[in-house]
Amino acid sequence: MIDEAANGNSWLAEVKRVAAMIRRRGLELAVEHRGGYVIQACSSADILATLYVRLMKLGAPPADTLPAPFRGTPRSGAPDQWGGAFNGDDAPENDRFILSPSHYSTAVYAALIETGRLSSDALATYNSDGTTLEMIGAEHSPGIEVTGGSLGQALSVGVGRALWRRRCGHRGLIWVLISDGETQEGQTWEALQTAAAFGLDNLRVLIDVNGWQVDGPMDEVMPVGSLTAKVAAFGCAAREVDGHDPVAIASAATLDGGGLPIVVVCRTDPTRGFPAIAGRDKSMTHFIRFRPGEAEEFRASSPLYEDVPR
Amino acid sequence: MNPVKGTVHRPFASVLVDYARRNERVVCITNDLTRSVEADLFRETFPDRYFSLGMAEQNLVGALSGLAREGLEPFYPSFGVFATRRPYEQIALNVAYPNLPVRLIGFLPGITTPGGVTHQATDDISLMAGLPNMTVLCLADATDIETFTAALPDIAGPVYCRLPRGEVPRYFDEPFRFNAARLLSKGDDLTVLSTGATTEHAIGACAALAAAGVGVTHLNISTLRPFTDPQVLESIARTGAAITVENHLTRGGLGTAVAELIAEHGLGATLRKVGIRDTFTHGGRAAYLFAYYGIDAAAILGVANGLLGLSVACSDGLDHGPGHLTLNAAVSEGL
Repeated sequence: MIDEAANGNSWLAEVKRVAAMIRRRGLELAVEHRGGYVIQACSSADILATLYVRLMKLGAPPADTLPAPFRGTPRSGAPDQWGGAFNGDDAPENDRFILSPSHYSTAVYAALIETGRLSSDALATYNSDGTTLEMIGAEHSPGIEVTGGSLGQALSVGVGRALWRRRCGHRGLIWVLISDGETQEGQTWEALQTAAAFGLDNLRVLIDVNGWQVDGPMDEVMPVGSLTAKVAAFGCAAREVDGHDPVAIASAATLDGGGLPIVVVCRTDPTRGFPAIAGRDKSMTHFIRFRPGEAEEFRASSPLYEDVPR
Repeated sequence: MNPVKGTVHRPFASVLVDYARRNERVVCITNDLTRSVEADLFRETFPDRYFSLGMAEQNLVGALSGLAREGLEPFYPSFGVFATRRPYEQIALNVAYPNLPVRLIGFLPGITTPGGVTHQATDDISLMAGLPNMTVLCLADATDIETFTAALPDIAGPVYCRLPRGEVPRYFDEPFRFNAARLLSKGDDLTVLSTGATTEHAIGACAALAAAGVGVTHLNISTLRPFTDPQVLESIARTGAAITVENHLTRGGLGTAVAELIAEHGLGATLRKVGIRDTFTHGGRAAYLFAYYGIDAAAILGVANGLLGLSVACSDGLDHGPGHLTLNAAVSEGL
């Protein structure tokens, strides 16, 4: 358990700064590139910032934090280009971070930049031909350890890593961020069932429950009910928190799970930081393209452009 | 040479509704991509015949089987990867095996999307053409999309159809004909067989070859299974050399079908395959990806030059669009 009093919450200010910058970069990259996955950055920013600043024990980033151009997909005899290296050495004592919904890649790139793991110069190539910083990243993209753009699959990869680490007694934890939309896929539940069956207490799953998917609100497309109750029924230690409260997220993720995999159900707001998003057509919210003047409205009504030191 | 005779906005959206008006057994199921796959007009027009089953494709395909067993003709428009690869076992055993009239509709064919490997259907034709009972279509233009449904009532079993969306170019005047190649040019030196989005590039390459005095028979292939149009065999036998061009892996698609045809008929013709060569792909603009993976007009010309011992230059008048990723304004995602 994290002792808030002992450290005076010195990390909390940094989490808040990083989270604000994830949202700002999410918006600005979308404006620059005429569209982007903005609500995903808004809902997950505090979760990602808490993970990178406070929770994960990652190895050092690569000596050169400017990623090379795309060199090809993985194949025998080719140079390695694994984006996981930006999350540190793949050593048994280091934690690993697996982002499942690769549509959140931009938010991860921003988190890496704000925590000194990726050069901000890399953004010059963002979503351009021949780059690894694709809008939907693959495992050559910085910070992306598993190619997760087909949703609901990466948690199982985390289960596999956690299985072997636990059997070997390796200390490094496996952190997986999934989205609530992915709980519509049956594979998510197969993964949780396996994690519970093997008592994978080295697996930490955070679910960004922003309530949205491509077609609109999840409750209108395919309701998933109470995730906390369902996760608990699948045998995991389920904790529900305000996904914009870093202290609550950090506490829930580190509280003893009694030998069970820990799943933190993070209730989030997809308009957090940019409340003007709430006024958009609900079928055009998952991916945001800006009407003329709309980006200025977003910024003007946002608290993020006053409070954050550059 | 620009083969594009204008564009049509979201042709599949209205075709699906028109077909459903004439066939009351048509229902439509989506996996959270309703607007993205142009099924929103169907949802508005026939709300009682539409079902949103969420992101759960294996379950969804099982449900398609159940709906078909109720006597319906279910359409499942999705991205090609989610229409074929993700629920493959369910398609094989619950749709193809019982030979049910399920219509799998796959958008984002090949490398026409910046969405990267998870959204690029580069093996969909291979997967579907390998299944007994499955019919496989690859539509190239707005005319194909506007007219292909006329063939459906005669196809009792399942169909996989890959096609473009959004602003769709028109190349062809004549309607789609099932299992019949479109003859786009005729000559005696070389047969070029192209399918889908590569046809525009192949038309440009064939025009450059024709200008250099090469006689090219160019066939556009929109039915990949069955693949028994006698025009194909006749043309390859006559020219003795063939190039296949596809926005798909070179294994399991058009190139493989033509290779089998040549071998089974003992033609002894030389075949070169233009397609994605034994690699997974990544995200970028379509023009960049077509050049990077070697399936654009310049790549086709390079292969033709090598095959025929020529050095025809690529005049490439094709419009490759702006220098940034082109986002389709008509859809609700960035792909």
